[in-house]
Amino acid sequence: MAKTLFDKIWDKHVVQQVEEGPSVLYIDKHFIHEVTSPQAFAGIEKRGLTVFRPQQVVATADHNVPTLNQHLPIKDELSRLQVQQLIENCKKHHIELYGLGHPFQGIVHVIGPELGITQPGMTIVCGDSHTSTHGAFGSIAFGIGTSEVEMVFASQCLLQNKPKLMRITIDGELQPGVVSKDIILYIIAQITASGATGYFVEYAGSAIRALSMEARMTICNMSIEMGARGGMIAPDQTTFDYIKGRQFAPGLARWDKKLAEWKELYSDADAVFDKEIRINAADIQPMITYGTNPGLGIAINGKIPVTDHITDEGERNNITKALTYMGLESGKALLGMPVQHVFIGSCTNSRIEDLRQVASLVKGRKKNPNVQVMIVPGSQQVSRQVQAEGLDKVFREAGFEIRQAGCSACLGMNEDKIPAGEYCISTSNRNFEGRQGAGARTLLASPLTAAAAAITGVVTDVRELPAVS
Amino acid sequence: MKPLKSIHSRFVPLPIENVDTDQVIPARFLKATTREGFGKNLFRDWRYVDNDESKPKPDFVLNQQQYSGEILVAGKNFGCGSSREHAAWALQDYGFKAVVSSFFADIFRNNALNNGVLPVKVSDAFLAELFTLGNEASLTIDVAAQTITIDATGTQEVFDINRYKKTCLLNGYDDIDYLISHKAQIEAFETQLQS
Ligand code: SF4
Repeated sequence: MAKTLFDKIWDKHVVQQVEEGPSVLYIDKHFIHEVTSPQAFAGIEKRGLTVFRPQQVVATADHNVPTLNQHLPIKDELSRLQVQQLIENCKKHHIELYGLGHPFQGIVHVIGPELGITQPGMTIVCGDSHTSTHGAFGSIAFGIGTSEVEMVFASQCLLQNKPKLMRITIDGELQPGVVSKDIILYIIAQITASGATGYFVEYAGSAIRALSMEARMTICNMSIEMGARGGMIAPDQTTFDYIKGRQFAPGLARWDKKLAEWKELYSDADAVFDKEIRINAADIQPMITYGTNPGLGIAINGKIPVTDHITDEGERNNITKALTYMGLESGKALLGMPVQHVFIGSCTNSRIEDLRQVASLVKGRKKNPNVQVMIVPGSQQVSRQVQAEGLDKVFREAGFEIRQAGCSACLGMNEDKIPAGEYCISTSNRNFEGRQGAGARTLLASPLTAAAAAITGVVTDVRELPAVS
Repeated sequence: MKPLKSIHSRFVPLPIENVDTDQVIPARFLKATTREGFGKNLFRDWRYVDNDESKPKPDFVLNQQQYSGEILVAGKNFGCGSSREHAAWALQDYGFKAVVSSFFADIFRNNALNNGVLPVKVSDAFLAELFTLGNEASLTIDVAAQTITIDATGTQEVFDINRYKKTCLLNGYDDIDYLISHKAQIEAFETQLQS
């Protein structure tokens, strides 16, 4: 029978099918971080268990870490305790930890791929909803809760119901100035923040095939923002070339065998999906959000919907509430609106390619004096690469502040926060109320759109940014 | 986990759609290393002015004494966003045993079930009816029969829950008990996977 990419991987990992219930799904790789793991460690210890397969677990500290002076002890006591707890738990349970100061430390969804740990055909979980990022390599990767982290610690398995499958096919060519972040913001704006709940999404089509691995990760990363369990893309030559030679990639001796397996990972021509969506790449404009969920987005040169024209009462109330929080008006354009902050970072857009794009745009320019710009590489490796390529010089000359690797202002949990009432164009993935700090107002956009706003100080269509004089 | 067989209680209405887990429990409260004590920060930023516990916002439902109960009734797409299980812990610690909505985000639903908080998915019409009821109205949720009933009118709806999870709830088992009882099978599977 014809199989989807998802089916091929899922079927291979089912240990047992519970009658009229979930499947026992075997997990190949388990990433953990400081925030969602302590209670899981405590849980297995309370049951008198140890971690079943510690060599399949990889840990890092990212959510709670400061992005300045990482060599000093963390100032916030609770954050310090949480990071310390991770160190102790990893030591006790023989888990590899890339903690603060380690050359591999960084945001969990940035380091997995860049170290070659993330590979096609795997099942991958992490106590973090953006685990969907790893699906860009043709793996089944999804976020789990802490009780589930505990289950994987205890048994390397999870009880899971098979999700429904959706395929989103994007064909054609992107317009200049449009990048992968715009593709995913466009999709979520089309199908809403809950439009893919219950589904696992495969992205396909010529526009997806043409994307780099970094760009594919940005798309899979935000699958969760439309409610999907995860997103995935069939591996191809771009994937194989990316993985080859990385730290934990299969070595030469195993490479050919692995490659042969990976090449079988695609949805068969006549495979059936529960839902299919088709999108023409040429229809996508640079996108920006105006509301408090990632589905409330518009083309950069578009207008906020007129709330009086929205017939569905729930949706009208929802958007009205969002606009009140955001301090924005129904029916108005965002172009030209002043912003006080630009944040370039997070597991969505903090990889070397993102930073190269930003650098190529800002080279020879200066930031607007009314904007504070923070640029936070996703990992120590990205940081080193930024320096090796001299991008740090470009950023510094433009007046951007470069920080050390971590989740930073993506979530108001560490020291990096946006003050209440102020606007931030952010390359991260969530614009929820208070996400970047209590009262902060987030506009999600691509690294290019964020960089353009850094230069002008206002919401800007990157396609209309004047050339460097 | 304690067994959960039925709930008979008044409810707290929260007619807001897309309540994300960042609202249920803001990120700055995720620094604890135990599961206890999250209830006092449930809906923190909606509950207090300037994060100040001495300044409750009078228009937020958790601050309105006329509403109480073990059931939270919320607008559709409850629990979207972050996978933080702290959201389920906060609801449970506050005293909620069930959340009723017309749509739940996936990860939240799992997290809730894993903590003995029952997500009850009802139709849009039933949900709308609940929001019209006064603060005296009570509901009965029967896990075995999979029904939710408005006590005053007898209006009832059947909700979905898979048989495995239902058995777990009724008996107070959890997934870990199940998984560790299958270790031999998991080891055999690993051997076969490697060959
Ligand atoms: S960067 Fe943001 S979204 Fe990504 S893992 Fe960190 S906190 Fe979560």
